[in-house]
Amino acid sequence: MDQVLLVTASPHIRDDSSTRGLMGNVLKALVPCVVAAALIFGYEALISVVVTTLACVAFEYLYCLIMKKPNPVGDLSACVTGVILALNFPVGLPLWICVVGAFVSIVVVKQLFGGIGFNFANPALVGRIVLFLSFTARMTAYVYPDMAVDALASATPLADSVDKTTVSLVDLFLGLHGGMMGETCILAILLGLVYLLATGTIGFAIPGSIVGTVFVLSWIATGSLHAAVAEIMAGGLLFGAVFMATDYVTSPFTTKGKLMYGIFIGLVTFAIRYFGSMNEGMSFAILLGNLLVPWFNAWSHQIPLGYTKPKKKKAAKAAAKEGGNA
Amino acid sequence: MFKILKRSAKGARVPHEKSTADMPTVRMPVPKNVVIPMSMHIGAPAEPVVKKGDQVFVGTLIGKAGGFVSANIHSSVSGTVVDVAPMRMVNGPVCQAVAIQCDGNQTVDPACVPPTVTDKDSLLAAIQACGLVGVGGAGFPTHVKLMAKVDTLLINAAECEPYLTTDAREMLECSDTILSGIQAVMKYCEIPNCIIGIERNKPACIDLMCSLTRDMKGVSVKPLPMRYPQGAEKTLVETCTGREVPQIGPSGKAGLPADCGCIVMNVTSVSTLGKYLKTGIPLVSKRVTVDGDAIAKPQNIEVPIGTLYRDVIEACGGIKPDVELGKIIFGGPMMGGASPSADFPVLKQNNGLLLFSRKAAQLPAAQPCIRCGRCISACPMGLEPVVIVENHNKKDTAALKSLCVDLCVACGSCTYVCPAKRPVSQAVTQAKAWYLSEMRKGGK
Repeated sequence: MDQVLLVTASPHIRDDSSTRGLMGNVLKALVPCVVAAALIFGYEALISVVVTTLACVAFEYLYCLIMKKPNPVGDLSACVTGVILALNFPVGLPLWICVVGAFVSIVVVKQLFGGIGFNFANPALVGRIVLFLSFTARMTAYVYPDMAVDALASATPLADSVDKTTVSLVDLFLGLHGGMMGETCILAILLGLVYLLATGTIGFAIPGSIVGTVFVLSWIATGSLHAAVAEIMAGGLLFGAVFMATDYVTSPFTTKGKLMYGIFIGLVTFAIRYFGSMNEGMSFAILLGNLLVPWFNAWSHQIPLGYTKPKKKKAAKAAAKEGGNA
Repeated sequence: MFKILKRSAKGARVPHEKSTADMPTVRMPVPKNVVIPMSMHIGAPAEPVVKKGDQVFVGTLIGKAGGFVSANIHSSVSGTVVDVAPMRMVNGPVCQAVAIQCDGNQTVDPACVPPTVTDKDSLLAAIQACGLVGVGGAGFPTHVKLMAKVDTLLINAAECEPYLTTDAREMLECSDTILSGIQAVMKYCEIPNCIIGIERNKPACIDLMCSLTRDMKGVSVKPLPMRYPQGAEKTLVETCTGREVPQIGPSGKAGLPADCGCIVMNVTSVSTLGKYLKTGIPLVSKRVTVDGDAIAKPQNIEVPIGTLYRDVIEACGGIKPDVELGKIIFGGPMMGGASPSADFPVLKQNNGLLLFSRKAAQLPAAQPCIRCGRCISACPMGLEPVVIVENHNKKDTAALKSLCVDLCVACGSCTYVCPAKRPVSQAVTQAKAWYLSEMRKGGK
């Protein structure tokens, strides 16, 4: 009883959550997508995923070594960035381009801004966009899936040549069409979503509001339920909504803010897809959303229990003026 | 449905750890000596009215309330006063304390007779004489609280802190005095309604109180969801009545439950009142849950107020021989304080004494914030801890004001749920203290 005791401020217990645990949950949720990519696009998909992930981890480790910062590799956030980034590549992308993408994501977007918690945009997302703008031809060289025989030609189902009102929803759901490796298989993404929701890693607000907004708008725009369903299953919409828009650092804090952010991303995606010159709008929409997060946070404060509205300054001033005039 | 857009206020899902809930209370053997501080409540410290060498009995007045917001202090043992000297309290400040050597007889002072209560004034006078404070932890003098004119009496039996089971034992062992206390308060303070709020993890208590209050007019039992901090005053008021305690009361000061027509009393406080009205013995002993992974025999034990932690620990079999003691916590693990040594006395408002091994006491190291917003969804008050801390770092009083930092109840939920293991609640408490001091200096 007389040894030196620990004295700390309350609370004296913590739950067993950790950054590493949350990132691990995301990695587990990505497993179906990786498996689906390997099944649909062949073993080359796995090579891209492994190389990109290793490159991300290596860049994070080396950067922190050179800058004499504590080694953050153990929190697994670099692994998550790597896997998500790789799933955003078309299969067969030269490996050196994968490494360039990893460099942009980890060093430029994440570490130069201060590491985990300080990046202004989702690292994997910016990596994808930089590669997309730098190597457009290679990044849009969607390869035929191994298994699909006559499915959807080499273009993504978002291409203008594809009629969304007749496209096969089953093929879309199973991912048997051209596209980025992780994006095509809706079934795998939904499995991941269910896992993330069940473990409480993410809430339903962001993915729900993004998908819901795009669905409703496309239904109104095309007048076809079939086309609206095809719209939300095509391209990177669902993958982005589940794995990229929900990145903690670059999404708003409160439920209200998350809904605003999700609806905004849905609107922008819809606008780009229907009115812009690109088939794919999700990544730019999320980037725009990321940049506006400080505003969403400022617009979506919670109302505390028992909050008493302070008297408005105008009213007070008017009262003072009246008093002065009288 | 739209409440989720207002605030998430999920609280924290803390473990229950109520392994002592089924253990009947054990009365502790009288210790050799006790030290009774003169400040065991919010408000002015009491003034000692005994001197060295005086003979005292159980219930003898030894400290007289030092003002209206203050409370009387009585001897918890019979014996001889050996010293009246300043001591440093476990939470920092220094106050006078009376040390008493016990004779072991526990003779009750003949002056202890049941008070005659006929109306509100005499009830308040009796409570004042009894030295009753909110024994749930806050230690707010009860007679001050009951001054207000309200329509609902809330009995707080949520006991949301892990480990603690004193209120549960009070309900199972002393239900008659709980009911007589409630009846007295409702009758003399003219409060028509009473709601007893009990967390659902105490089904035996809910059943018992339901069956006992079935015929009592205006009294109802409300089973509460199991979430921390369900027993926090403002959360309890909202869950039981749907009312919100205003941030700022009509007086311009921080709002109280009375501002929305409620008075919240801890179940053990109201039971103590019932006992005093029946026997005339003031608040001199306290049931304490002794638990944690380092104590040999976890149990509920009734100790005289002023007993040193050391004696309580010994009465519970001491520390397990193969365990190194790492931390002594008075109160619950979420809001209780850590004591630097075992030589501090049990106070009126203490209801737990937790002994953690060094391994259990070791807290994980803080990592960078990942801005996941879990602190925000946990905060029972709907505050935004991570944003508050950012603005405190910027020393921005205007922002802290608009974020209502003054509403923080320091429940610790934000720290508990933080995946980066950051001391969020501690930082918010600092921000609140800094903000309030800036306001006092004549800020906006």
